[in-house]
Amino acid sequence: MIRFDHASKRYPPGIDALADVSFTVGKGELVTVGGHSGAGKSTLLKLIAGIERPTSGAVLVNGQNVGSLKRKAMPYLRRNLGLVFQDQKLLFDRNAFDNVMLPLAITGFPPAEAKRRVQAALDKVGLLDRQKAMPVMLSGGEQQRLALARAVVGRPNILLADEPTAHLDAETAADVARTFLEFRDVGVTVLIATYDDSLFGAPRRLTLHHGRLQ
Amino acid sequence: MNAWLAQHWQALALALRRLVATPVNTLLSLLAIGIALALPAGGQMLLVNALQLARDGAPTPRISLYADLAADRRAVQQIEARLKNHPAIKSAQLIPREATLARMKSGEGLGDVIDALPGNPFPDAFVVTPADDSPAAMDALADELRKLPKVEHVQLDSDWARRLHALLQVGRTGVVLLALLLGVGLVAITFNTIRLQVMASRAEIELSRLLGATDAFVRRPFHYFGVLLGLAGGGLAWLIVAAATLWLKQPIGELVKLYNLDFALSPLALVDSLALLGAAGALGWLGAGLSLRQHLGDH
Ligand SMILES: Nc1ncnc2c1ncn2[C@@H]1O[C@H](COP(=O)(O)OP(=O)(O)O)[C@@H](O)[C@H]1O
Ligand SMILES: [Mg+2]
Repeated sequence: MIRFDHASKRYPPGIDALADVSFTVGKGELVTVGGHSGAGKSTLLKLIAGIERPTSGAVLVNGQNVGSLKRKAMPYLRRNLGLVFQDQKLLFDRNAFDNVMLPLAITGFPPAEAKRRVQAALDKVGLLDRQKAMPVMLSGGEQQRLALARAVVGRPNILLADEPTAHLDAETAADVARTFLEFRDVGVTVLIATYDDSLFGAPRRLTLHHGRLQ
Repeated sequence: MNAWLAQHWQALALALRRLVATPVNTLLSLLAIGIALALPAGGQMLLVNALQLARDGAPTPRISLYADLAADRRAVQQIEARLKNHPAIKSAQLIPREATLARMKSGEGLGDVIDALPGNPFPDAFVVTPADDSPAAMDALADELRKLPKVEHVQLDSDWARRLHALLQVGRTGVVLLALLLGVGLVAITFNTIRLQVMASRAEIELSRLLGATDAFVRRPFHYFGVLLGLAGGGLAWLIVAAATLWLKQPIGELVKLYNLDFALSPLALVDSLALLGAAGALGWLGAGLSLRQHLGDH
């Protein structure tokens, strides 16, 4: 499902964010990525989503080599991924419903079916009654759950989340973590960058240290 | 198909939302486009009216043909037959030399002079109205008539038509020039407006790409935006020209009455109105396309 083959990422001035990383994550597996701040966790997720390309080695997702994917093919790779960004990237000029609608609008879903899916996703994260709320009116935990709803509304087969439980109180963090486990249980491959794996049961764990896998 | 339509509908709705979201910007852009397009459109309206006025009010250009003094009746009848059957001639009227003599004699002071002459000094003449009254066609016809047997002289009274033609040509060139310049202006306005839109939508564009948006998806609403802006500006230009037409109608009516002409100012023709809207929409699309190429980046 996801395979790193001696993948490295060097940012322009010469920072080795990832060095010679190899691992495989199978379908329906939930894996956490740990490590100190600046260890390369975000970079690892970005390579999977094609946001960055490896400077050497290969990254394979669903059998496709992401690093050499044509620009035109990239959108179709990303439609199979659900992304929860470290900075969430919610759009503050539209309400919760429309934020979650965006991925379906992009894939050109028929509107009636899309509406049902958006409401199901909002319901899944407990925000159905806030669908008309603007993001600024939501608490930090609610915003985090909204970002999660947007990531899963397209029913991706891979879910990538960058510190989805940071800045949440223990109870909300546990709620969010439970949602990830539910997706794993229905066969979604889940990769989570986090400091706190205890929330996710006893998952398989990848630990980075200055860009190297421990 | 349904999904495809829905995507276009969404893009159009988004474009409209963006238009409405920045009302001052939108209004200023619309005014600029409307006024810019009103100039060539108004020029075209005046030109078409001038052409109509010229057609109605000007004497029809004619060719005068004088037969040889020595030509007998039969020769003149032959000339007449040839003129009447010529495809480039609408009508030809014979003015017999006797009629000319009689008319001249009744003229003041000329009677005695003419009486003193030995015979009738006037030739048989024809007034020829050509089918095509453009200067070039009339020149060609006159040259041809000069070669007819027993024709002494052919006179082309097309000076007036020539001047009018030249004047209208200047007007036409002026309208085309205005349209070109202000068309470029419209593209520049759309270009800048879309640039501001792209900057204001940076976060949304970046996010959409991360979520799997194609270039077409990102560009579509901006293209619609450009077309809407162009169309609305074109509509405004049309209204400006229509208002100017209404306003000018009465004073121009007074003016032409003084010249004993039967003429009323017509509004912009339907074809010209459609051309105005079509061009405005197309230029808006073009401006948006150029702006997107510059500001969206293909990194
Ligand atoms: N766009 C970038 N340009 C240059 N350096 C970067 C960029 N993104 C990340 N880095 C650097 O790469 C290293 C790994 O960053 P990151 O993957 O964000 O780590 P983490 O998510 O584990 O905190 C850090 O040293 C960071 O400063
Ligand atoms: Mg990070």
